[in-house]
Amino acid sequence: MKINVDKESSLLEVKNLRTAFYDGKTKTEAVRGIDFSVKKGEILGIVGESGSGKSVLVKSILGIVPSNAKVDTGEVILDGRRIEGLSKKEKRLIRGKDIAMIFQDPMTALNPLKKAGDHLIELLVRVRGIKKKEAKQEAIELLRMVGIPSPETRVDQYPHEFSGGMRQRVLIAMALACNPKLLIADEPTTALDVTIQAQILELLKKLQREKDMSVVLITHDLGVVATICSRILVMYAGMVMEEGMANEIFYSPKHPYTKALLNSIPRVDGEKTRLKPIKGSAPSLKNVGKGCPFADRCEFAFDRCFTEVPQYNTFSATQRSMCFLAEEEVKN
Amino acid sequence: MNETREKLVEVKNLKKYFPIKTSMFKKGNQVVKAVDDVTFHIYKGETFGLVGESGCGKSTLGRTLNRLYNPTSGEILFDGKDITKLNNKELQPFRNRMQMIFQDPYSSLNPHLTVEKIIDEPLEIHTRLSKNERKEKIIDILEKVGLKKEDLDKLPHEFSGGQRQRIGIARALSINPDFILCDEAISALDVSIQAQVINMLEDLQSELNLTYLFVAHDLSMVRHISDRIGVMYLGKIVEISKSEELYDKPLHPYTQALLSAIPIPDPIKAQNSKREIITGELPSPIEMEKGCRFRSRCPFAKPICAEADPQLKQVDDEHYVACHLY
Repeated sequence: MKINVDKESSLLEVKNLRTAFYDGKTKTEAVRGIDFSVKKGEILGIVGESGSGKSVLVKSILGIVPSNAKVDTGEVILDGRRIEGLSKKEKRLIRGKDIAMIFQDPMTALNPLKKAGDHLIELLVRVRGIKKKEAKQEAIELLRMVGIPSPETRVDQYPHEFSGGMRQRVLIAMALACNPKLLIADEPTTALDVTIQAQILELLKKLQREKDMSVVLITHDLGVVATICSRILVMYAGMVMEEGMANEIFYSPKHPYTKALLNSIPRVDGEKTRLKPIKGSAPSLKNVGKGCPFADRCEFAFDRCFTEVPQYNTFSATQRSMCFLAEEEVKN
Repeated sequence: MNETREKLVEVKNLKKYFPIKTSMFKKGNQVVKAVDDVTFHIYKGETFGLVGESGCGKSTLGRTLNRLYNPTSGEILFDGKDITKLNNKELQPFRNRMQMIFQDPYSSLNPHLTVEKIIDEPLEIHTRLSKNERKEKIIDILEKVGLKKEDLDKLPHEFSGGQRQRIGIARALSINPDFILCDEAISALDVSIQAQVINMLEDLQSELNLTYLFVAHDLSMVRHISDRIGVMYLGKIVEISKSEELYDKPLHPYTQALLSAIPIPDPIKAQNSKREIITGELPSPIEMEKGCRFRSRCPFAKPICAEADPQLKQVDDEHYVACHLY
């Protein structure tokens, strides 16, 4: 069952995407048949724990998977154009111009031998075809836009002269330099302190509104998605367990994994109660069983869960969950 | 509260300065004041949380009071005895009473040693038990942290991150310490695993009557596990309070800003909450001006804040704050 997405308003569509890592004869499937779409002007959150395949998913979309991995099947359609059939050169133009990406670690994403401004200038010259002199002026404006104080002097400084939060701002400026339609942010605030995280999230929200971009935010932090995302995908072991609007996911989660995840985190509001952990640990993707990947850890699992992968059940125009239990609920 | 509660750790005017090398050949005259005149105590059997942003000195404070670093000045009392100036040999009887759980379960276990050997090492050094007695003890501890007897001969790489952290905890517990320093002990773990480890730490605490110093940057987890919390900013403790009170009624402007920056996993609350986002970043800990260290980012800074360093003063039972506003 697929969710009806208004074709007019969806910017990115991903259909049945599968990516696996190959090591000799062993195949480890990290992304196992994912469908989703990103609408124009929305912030979509992809939540999942380490190893859930969320980073591999977006790398597959961009076509930048590591050399030992391969996208086996799947269609990626950006603004009505299929990406996967394009040549390397065409793909390269899409990255940067149409889709931009921010990575987790602001410490290693910048070239330490290049001035902060030169990162931007090079991009502006190459992708937007601006002259070098004008590009510097534009670079200063971009740095100002992402909230870097005194950009005129900062533009000539090297990455080591910037703090973590400021480097992340430089990366955001680089991502926005070519007015992308889609910004993919992979754990953009994980390496930062909370006060700086709050600043960066606020900035992303503001820029998304002003530029009317779509944003895909990958994170493991449920607090972060609740703060800025309007729609959420919950991933586990390379599959989408549940998808829905932020309110649906947080206030009426349907999948046992989503429920368990929400219950396992401590809250700063409300009473202190004993935490409810999820038993066991995430499955290895090397030898996945036949059934639901969460079955081993699920407190509601029954026989069928171990032998058959559940289909999606749709609960509203926007919410679906991959679980047999939900099916029962729907039937009743 | 209870005036007669026994203190296990007491720290008075503790300072830890690190010299900065400006040249390969001479010692620099500049210093980083990582811990600067800190006074606090930890009661027996409680969990004291230490929070602050990276670079605030929370890990250095933890390691200095465990005597992994030599303090620059000040006093550290452990169970009433001054351990500030003891040499390694004199420290030995205290070492087995204070243990540590580290952040990274991947680098804190020797990859060449079996689980048995890892947990046996402290026992071999600190106790006079025979080999068989030690083995019995190791099995007992393994079961306490939720691992099995069959795991004894395995190597660290055969375990997941959460299980490795359990091995680290077993190693710390093996010699029956009173005090455990948990330095970001769960930050490297997945959300669903964090809860498992936290519940286990809580159970072990009540079973073995342990005292924890819990150093972390995850403010919601610190609230959950701590009885009292100290907030650090640039080498100073700026506020100490009971944990619920700190989150309900933070007094220091920095604490207020820090707490309001926590993303709440609740979309309606998160979008309606008025966030006081503090501008700017941590100033350099090298060139410290006089006066309050937070004043460059503080929305309430007054002239006096540039003049005098605010001292920690008691405003309520068990609630201390270092700010000129109070």
